Amino acid sequence: MQIDEIQMRLLEEVADLHGVPEGAYNIRANGEKAARNTTANIDIISKTDVSGIDIHIKPGTKNESVHIPVVISESGLKEMVYNDFFVGDDCDVVIVAGCGIDNCGEQDSQHDGIHRFFVGKNSKVKYVEKHYGSGDGNGKRLLNPGTEVHLDEGSYMEMEMVQIRGVDSTERRTTAEVGPGATLIVRERLLTHGSQYAYSFYDVKLNGNDSKADVVSRSVAQDTSKQVFDAGLVGNAPCSGHTECDAIIMGDAKIVAIPKLEANDLDAALIHEAAIGKIAGEQIIKLMTLGLTEQQAEEKIIEGFLK
Amino acid sequence: MIELKNLCFSVLEDGETKEIIKDMNLTIGDDRFVVITGPNGSGKSTLAKLIAGIEKPTSGQILFNGQDITEASVTERAKMGISYAFQQPVRFKGIQVKDLLKIAAGKFLGREQMYEYLSLCGLCAKDYIDREVNASLSGGELKRIEIATLLARNTAFSLFDEPEAGIDLWSFKNLIHVFEILREQTQGSVMIISHQERIMQIADDIVVINAGKITMHGPKEAVLPLLLGTRPEEGCDNICQGGAECR
Repeated sequence: MQIDEIQMRLLEEVADLHGVPEGAYNIRANGEKAARNTTANIDIISKTDVSGIDIHIKPGTKNESVHIPVVISESGLKEMVYNDFFVGDDCDVVIVAGCGIDNCGEQDSQHDGIHRFFVGKNSKVKYVEKHYGSGDGNGKRLLNPGTEVHLDEGSYMEMEMVQIRGVDSTERRTTAEVGPGATLIVRERLLTHGSQYAYSFYDVKLNGNDSKADVVSRSVAQDTSKQVFDAGLVGNAPCSGHTECDAIIMGDAKIVAIPKLEANDLDAALIHEAAIGKIAGEQIIKLMTLGLTEQQAEEKIIEGFLK
Repeated sequence: MIELKNLCFSVLEDGETKEIIKDMNLTIGDDRFVVITGPNGSGKSTLAKLIAGIEKPTSGQILFNGQDITEASVTERAKMGISYAFQQPVRFKGIQVKDLLKIAAGKFLGREQMYEYLSLCGLCAKDYIDREVNASLSGGELKRIEIATLLARNTAFSLFDEPEAGIDLWSFKNLIHVFEILREQTQGSVMIISHQERIMQIADDIVVINAGKITMHGPKEAVLPLLLGTRPEEGCDNICQGGAECR
C-alpha cells in the first residue's frame, strides 16, 4: 500500500517522520498495514484474533527505536486497534506512537487504540504519543487511546503524550501497575479549542517497595472547549507519587481537575497539585513591554507553557 | 527625550479620589542618566508605569522625542524605543531565558551575544541560557535576567525600577558597569528608580519625588549632598526645589 501526500503530512506531525524511519516500524494507514520493518532485536507480528500488532523487544536491546504511527485520511473510517509491547529485561528503547486524522468529509473518523506495555526488569522505555487532527469537513475527528502499563522491578518508563489542537473528542485512559523500585513518569500536554472535549483518566497503582510515579499535565483550554483531568494514585507499598494539573483557561472554556489519592501503606507519600487560571495579566504586559502585541504575547506564553 | 507635561494620575480608593502623581513636569534629555528617588509610596513606580504605558494618566501629556505618546499602547511605546525593567520581574512557565532575550532583541540573537548580556549581568551564561524563567529562579537571578533583557532591547530610553533590589551578591561595580555600557551602546537616556547612594553617585541628575510631586531636581553634585545632609559642591547652585519651574 502506498502512503499518499496527506498521510505523509500526518506522519510528519505525529512521528516527526520525513521518510521511512530507522529501526523497527509499523505504519498503519486507513486501517491497513502500509509498511513494516523488523530488526534483529525487535519483532512485530500482526494479531490474528483482533486488529493490531504484538511488538517483542529482546532482552538487552539498547538504543533502538520502534515507530508505530497510525494515519487516517478516509472520512468515516472507524477502527479499534490493540497493540501489545513486550519489552525484555535490561532494555533501553524509544517507542514513538501517535495518530493523525485528516477528515475532509462529512462522516466522523475515529481511532481507538489500546496499548499494553509489559516492561521487563531494569528496562528503560521512552514512549512518545502525539495526536493530531486536520481537515475542514464536518465529520469529527475522534481519538480514544487506552494505555495499560506494567512495570517490572527496577524499570523506568517515561510517557510523553501530546495533543495540540485538531482533535474533536478524546478520552484517554491510562492505567499502570508499578513494581518494586520502578518509576513511571507521565508528561501530558494538551490544547483544546472550539467545542472540543478531552478527558484524561489515570489510575496508577504503586505496588512495589520504593516505586515512584510522577504524572504531570499541562493544558490550555480555549473557546468553549472542555477538559477533565481525573488523576488517581494508589499507594499500596512504601512509595512516592505525585500528580499535577497545571491549566490555563481562556474564553468560555471549562476545566475540571479531579484529584484522587489512596494510601494503603503507612509509608506511601502521595501528593496532588492542581492549578487552573487564566494567563496572568502581568505576563502579557511584560511581553508587551518587549514589543509584542497582546495577541503575540498570549501565543508566546501558551507556546512556552506547552513546550 | 522624555517630557512629562502637567502629568496627573489618580485612583479611586474606598470611594475617594487619591492623587498619586500631581501635576508633574519633567524633561529627561538625550544621553542623560537620571536617578529618581524618594520615600516609599511617593509615586516613583507609578511614574515608571505611566511612562511605559501600563497606566494611563488622568490628565497631562507624555512626549517621547517630541511625539505625544499619551495615548500610545505599551507595545507601541516599546516599539518606539522605551524599555522598562520591572521592580518585580515576571515569571513564566516554559519560557526560557534565551526566549526572553530573543523576544527582547526583536531579531535574531546569536548565542554569543546572549552569553555576553548574561555575563555582564553577573550570570554564568551557559548555566542560565536554557533555564526556564520560572519559580526555580531566585529573585536576584530574575532581576539580573531582567536587566539583561534591557541590554538586548538596546533602545533609546531605558527605565529601571529599583534594579539593585535583591542582587546583594553582585557587586555594585558590575551593576554600574552595565548602566555605563547601556548608555554607551544606545547613546540614549537611562532613568533609574533607586534609593541607593552608589547608584545616585553615577547619575547626571537626581530627581526627588515626594507625595506625587517633584521636590528637587538638579545635577547630582547639587542634589546628593542635600539628600545626605552634607554641603553641595562649590558652584552647584542650579537646583530646583519644587514648584512648576522644576522640570
